[in-house]
Amino acid sequence: MLDLSKNYFELFGMSIGYVIDNQKIRQRYRDLQRVVHPDRYINATEHEQRLAMQGSVYINEAFETLKDPLRRAQYLLRLHGVDFDPDTETTTDTGFLMEQLELREELSEIPGQTDPMAAASLFMDRVSTMFNRLISSMAIDFEMPDEKQLQVAREKVRKMQFLKKLHTEAEIVEARLEEEML
Amino acid sequence: MALLQIAEPGQTEAPHQHRLAAGIDLGTTNSLVAAVRSGQPQTLADKQEEHLLPSVVAYTESGIIVGEEARQQQIADPLNTMSSIKRMMGRGVEDLRLLGDELPYRFAATDSAVPRIQTRRGNVTPVEVSAEILKVLQQRAEEALGGALNGVVVTVPAYFDDAQRQATKDAAGLAGLNVFRLLNEPTAAAIAYGLDKSTDGIHAIYDLGGGTFDISILRLNKGVFEVMATGGDSALGGDDFDHLIAEWIIAQADISEMDAGLQCQLMQTARSVKESLTQHERAGIDVSSVGWQGELDRHTFNQLVDPLIRKTIIACRRALRDAGVTAEEIEDVVMVGGSTRVPRVRELVGEFFGREPLVDIDPDRVVAIGAAVQADILAGNKPEAEILLLDVTPLSLGIETMGGLVETIIPRNTTIPVARAQEFTTFKDGQSAMAVHVVQGERDLVADCRSLARFELRGIPPMVAGAARIRVTFQVDADGLLSVEAEEQMQHVSASIEVKPSYGLSDKEIADMLRSSMEHAEDDVKFRQLREQQVEAERVIEALTAALVKDGDQLLNDDERQLIDAALQELQQLSHGDDAAAIEDGVKSLEQSCDFYVERRMNSSIHDAMAGHNIHEFDTPEK
Repeated sequence: MLDLSKNYFELFGMSIGYVIDNQKIRQRYRDLQRVVHPDRYINATEHEQRLAMQGSVYINEAFETLKDPLRRAQYLLRLHGVDFDPDTETTTDTGFLMEQLELREELSEIPGQTDPMAAASLFMDRVSTMFNRLISSMAIDFEMPDEKQLQVAREKVRKMQFLKKLHTEAEIVEARLEEEML
Repeated sequence: MALLQIAEPGQTEAPHQHRLAAGIDLGTTNSLVAAVRSGQPQTLADKQEEHLLPSVVAYTESGIIVGEEARQQQIADPLNTMSSIKRMMGRGVEDLRLLGDELPYRFAATDSAVPRIQTRRGNVTPVEVSAEILKVLQQRAEEALGGALNGVVVTVPAYFDDAQRQATKDAAGLAGLNVFRLLNEPTAAAIAYGLDKSTDGIHAIYDLGGGTFDISILRLNKGVFEVMATGGDSALGGDDFDHLIAEWIIAQADISEMDAGLQCQLMQTARSVKESLTQHERAGIDVSSVGWQGELDRHTFNQLVDPLIRKTIIACRRALRDAGVTAEEIEDVVMVGGSTRVPRVRELVGEFFGREPLVDIDPDRVVAIGAAVQADILAGNKPEAEILLLDVTPLSLGIETMGGLVETIIPRNTTIPVARAQEFTTFKDGQSAMAVHVVQGERDLVADCRSLARFELRGIPPMVAGAARIRVTFQVDADGLLSVEAEEQMQHVSASIEVKPSYGLSDKEIADMLRSSMEHAEDDVKFRQLREQQVEAERVIEALTAALVKDGDQLLNDDERQLIDAALQELQQLSHGDDAAAIEDGVKSLEQSCDFYVERRMNSSIHDAMAGHNIHEFDTPEK
């Protein structure tokens, strides 16, 4: 069967690390799905169809994980033996948490502003910039992943989770504003 | 149905055998069937040279009529004539009450989740009505192609939920069709369109049909159609335009007394007014039965339908956002579905995307044509075809948690097939069972989402509260259909699951329908079971023979080869007999004896796919 013991990087024929070539994984993804996707096994035996399904599911999961900067970081932590559960991890950096509270308050006030759409868009840009800054500092943590570096990465991932959630909430606010305008 | 020809060992020409396949667009208003003939996909016509089959089924004294003839007698016999049945697929009795007075039918009291419509030929479900339409299309295809269909691709709106998809698949099964795949309508349109243009890039497919609306954003790259996001409304379409016109007429003509016949007549009048307004600035209306004449101009019509079109634009906006692209990045906007003929629709869609939408393919036929192309590929008639579809789930899938809240397990627009696991635990000592409620939708509250199924996990080994770890795996297959499995993690006990679909037919109900649809019930059912097993045996034999020809020599040693050949021969002999159960066992045992070979094949094909890349490429650190 499709070797599920391979990690996602091996499956995509890439070395383990945080920095990836998006075009390349997209290409590998297509090459893999071309041979494994259930559509290729319509006339095959039931067993083969089941394997194709499992394989295709695994490849989809790998692709989703590798292409997403946050999920990729979480996955790398686990690969390096850090027991990371996204649901329970939270930062204790009080400065960061204070800033999050302020940002949230700011977000809640956006609909009342004179040009709420522009404000929402500006707000999302700011959150993205903070998020991207964490992404670009992450690569180095996984180059020599000793215990200390991994803990540094872990803390960044916790913060990324916060920012991602905030961005999603801002998207919801923006979507609502758009619907009201139409 | 033609009987099987089972080839003698060594004579099977499986690899190049042409299989008959068709694509079916089962529409709200009209349905079509298409097939690839001499390399060209084309829709198939009936004896009157009509390609569109009105999706109307009449239950008359003398029998069941489908199509134009049924449509024509609808006003005279509205209660026994089913139209727009697609809107009722996968819907529960409660949902239909919401559709309310739009439906002229009488419903029978039932304890099933699926509504029954009373007709003079007994109670029928939407699944059975759809099966009647499918049978006519099947017959049309088999006559045109000169043989029994090996399989079909049936299209569904991308925004159809699990219950609606399952109902469609059940209808096809009831009609005796082998469904290769349920295919999303906009994706089908993209295939048909992609064949003509084959431009790599990001495309938007805007599909407004008679009763459903879909928007899909997809990326086309060297034959791979990757759906990035999809959105829509499975209860919004041209029918709703007709309703608004009908209501407008009712108000203008001051009609207070309404019956099913007049309602039908008004709907048909409304439809022709709408059609006339696509060409003309104004349309005359004559409702002679109530002695009213008037006219509707395009401006007033636009005002009536604008709120509905704006709803579609909101969905477009969300789909773009989900796909992470802007309107400027869209290469082309393709218009699909009869309702995109309405000029106001084209105008507002063009305005939103900032470009002229493409309308050069017949919006009625493009979905069926795409389905036919895909059916031909799936049948294996084009082994070298480069096309691959990677579709997504349209709606988030979640479970009910404390306080009636939804916890999302698989978010919308996740590429399928997909499987996600969730762990549950017990909250009482010794608890041996647990109920799980699966819902679909984007809202936070269970009450605002669509209930898909409820099931119980039983046989949990007795433990203290919180100690059991039950891993429930939700899987959505390439048809977009959900299945659920559960296992207790500490002691590896499989918990048994009984899924009760909230709006679906049970296996028993389907079996009953199948039986009642056949004249000599028992014999027919037995015959059908035997045939099904024979077809399955044939399929397995063919697949395996083809595989052996291709790589049996490379992947198997002599002993292994002998083992498989022996099992193959055994099944071949069994399949000539008339014992369905024995054939079924034979298929299973053959599959078991070549498990290892199948796995070897798959790994070897993955290896080959990756070997296409240069080794140094793998070793170089990615940047």
